[in-house]
Amino acid sequence: MGEILNIKGISKRFDDLTVFKNISMKVAAGEVVVIVGPSGCGKSTFLRCLNALEAIDDGEISLDGETIGSDSKNLNKIREKIGMVFQSYDLFPHKTVLQNLTLAPVKVKKADRKEAEKEALALLDRVGLLSKKDNYPRQLSGGQKQRVAIIRALMMHPEILLLDEITAALDPEMVREVLDVVLSLAKEGRTMIIVTHEMQFARAVADRMVFMDGGKIIEEGSPEDFFEKPKTDRLKKFLHSFTYEK
Amino acid sequence: MGFEVLLKGSNMIRLLGGLLVALRISLVSVCISIILGTVLGVAMTFKSPVVRGVLRVYLEIVRIMPQMVLLFLVYFGATKAMGINLSAEAASVIVFTFWGTAEMSDLVRGALKGIPKIQYESSVALGLSNVQTYAYVIVPQIIRRMIPLSINLITRMIKTTSLVMMIGIVEVLKVGQQIIEANRKSSPNAAFGVFLTIFGLYFIACWPISRLSKHLEKKWSA
Amino acid sequence: MDFEVITSYLPRYEKAFFLTIRIGWLGILLSFAIGILSAFLIHFRVPILSKIMDVYVEVFRNTPLLVQLFFIYFGLPKAGISVSAESCGIVGLGLLGGSYMSEAIRSGLDSIPRMQTESAVALGLTKPQVFFSVIFPQALTLSAPAVIANVIFLLKETSVFSAISLMDLMFTAKDLIGLYYNTTEALFLLVVFYIVMLLPVSVLGSVIEKKARFRMLGD
Repeated sequence: MGEILNIKGISKRFDDLTVFKNISMKVAAGEVVVIVGPSGCGKSTFLRCLNALEAIDDGEISLDGETIGSDSKNLNKIREKIGMVFQSYDLFPHKTVLQNLTLAPVKVKKADRKEAEKEALALLDRVGLLSKKDNYPRQLSGGQKQRVAIIRALMMHPEILLLDEITAALDPEMVREVLDVVLSLAKEGRTMIIVTHEMQFARAVADRMVFMDGGKIIEEGSPEDFFEKPKTDRLKKFLHSFTYEK
Repeated sequence: MGFEVLLKGSNMIRLLGGLLVALRISLVSVCISIILGTVLGVAMTFKSPVVRGVLRVYLEIVRIMPQMVLLFLVYFGATKAMGINLSAEAASVIVFTFWGTAEMSDLVRGALKGIPKIQYESSVALGLSNVQTYAYVIVPQIIRRMIPLSINLITRMIKTTSLVMMIGIVEVLKVGQQIIEANRKSSPNAAFGVFLTIFGLYFIACWPISRLSKHLEKKWSA
Repeated sequence: MDFEVITSYLPRYEKAFFLTIRIGWLGILLSFAIGILSAFLIHFRVPILSKIMDVYVEVFRNTPLLVQLFFIYFGLPKAGISVSAESCGIVGLGLLGGSYMSEAIRSGLDSIPRMQTESAVALGLTKPQVFFSVIFPQALTLSAPAVIANVIFLLKETSVFSAISLMDLMFTAKDLIGLYYNTTEALFLLVVFYIVMLLPVSVLGSVIEKKARFRMLGD
């Protein structure tokens, strides 16, 4: 399995505050990496650096051997290959679901509109939202919007998908429908880096678990080792905060 | 270029006096408008369709009719229709109050609409009477929303008072014209300097107020 | 009310009405042009020019049209720049209106959440594509209510044109009242013509406002 993403010693600072320092990670094709950790430890910022929404201060990120730089043509190409879904399911409110899905492929990849629409409809069908194709975002529930957001990212045929706490803002009943979509994507071999705090989901979907705290990778490993035999105290404490005993 | 005219004698003072006339009309009108407007704004929330219908027509009239037309109607029309000889200043105050009340009532109604019903319900649940609810819970909340918009109304009123020269009130523009006329021989270019100065005076009168309003809006929206 | 008097006055009012409409809408068009330019310069923080626009907007929003007209029509000729009454009306309305339109459009642009830009960028859209396909359409809808309010405001402001001797509706009314003392008829026609000028715009404005709210908020 080839390696797609190579992150070498990256750091990020906001003024005096170091968000994360010297993080290195390699992600192979088809691998699902799940990052968990306490709030505010830099997980989201880390993800945003991967597709250059935030600039890194040190280190290097390369995708398929190509370094992600701050040159703009390079950036647009990179972003076609890296798909990202955010916590806030920001669909474009002035466009229908179908238009939301076809906008980027048509404008960026110069895809044929009819082809793009066919693909969009197929994807909508797959997540059970075909009937909503002509609706506007405001007519959809949070879970529905988030599923559309995921498909919208998929329409660009990214090599790797970044998911940033995509269920954090959803009502509990809707979390399942979204995570089911992610699970099916994992099953079909998508490369993904997922930030989440849905622990059971993480365990089911991950090929590799990463625990981040205070801007550093504290521990990483296979899901079984991670959850059953945590090595560091910090991870033990973190996992404990999710389990209740009467 | 005409600025020297203003340094002659009491010209500048007269100019400022004219501005004061404008400010006076605005101030009186604003005060009455706030009181009446608040009452009407609350009245708008009553369920009676007649009350709401009448108020809506009133607001639409104010929305459509230029203040200039209203001034003409009141100043020339009142004399004709009711035989009373209305002073230009009185007519101005009536028109500005008519306008101001409509806008204030709309402001109040909008602000009240933004208060969630739950506020009324919790107050009642705590045992507060209607009056107490309004006085202690509702009004303090809407005041913050209303102040920047009210200040905006005040600035607009100050600017609109420039119109009253058209019905003969000697405010700053008219004074300016008088000064220019009086000095036609000695300072033929007075018009430039005088009107530029008046331009500046209005700016100085309105800008700080609008900055204050922006500042308050920023401060209170966070 | 004497209907014969009314019919005899009608032609004069009609002529004045069309004059007002013509100068008014030309001024409004100019204000759109200036407003859009200014809003863009300020929103994109273009160096120097955005500062100039900031000053322009503050100055013209805080001074009355009448004063601006007096300065342009009576004051500028003394400095060598001479304008016709009509041009003065159009330019004055355009400059005043431009400052209001600038604020309305800029505030629409500014109020689009950053996430919209970020989501679009994350999909690989270039900066111009992000602006024209995602940001600008939303900005138009968001600023529509303010823009409509400004149009109505500017049309109402045309009522001061008589001050620079333009033979508009107010001028006609004042003239007729002064000459013939048929105050009631003169005022009646004055009101009627202003209603004809503004009511359609006001109604259309409310419709557009409602549609804009619905598009953005769904209520």
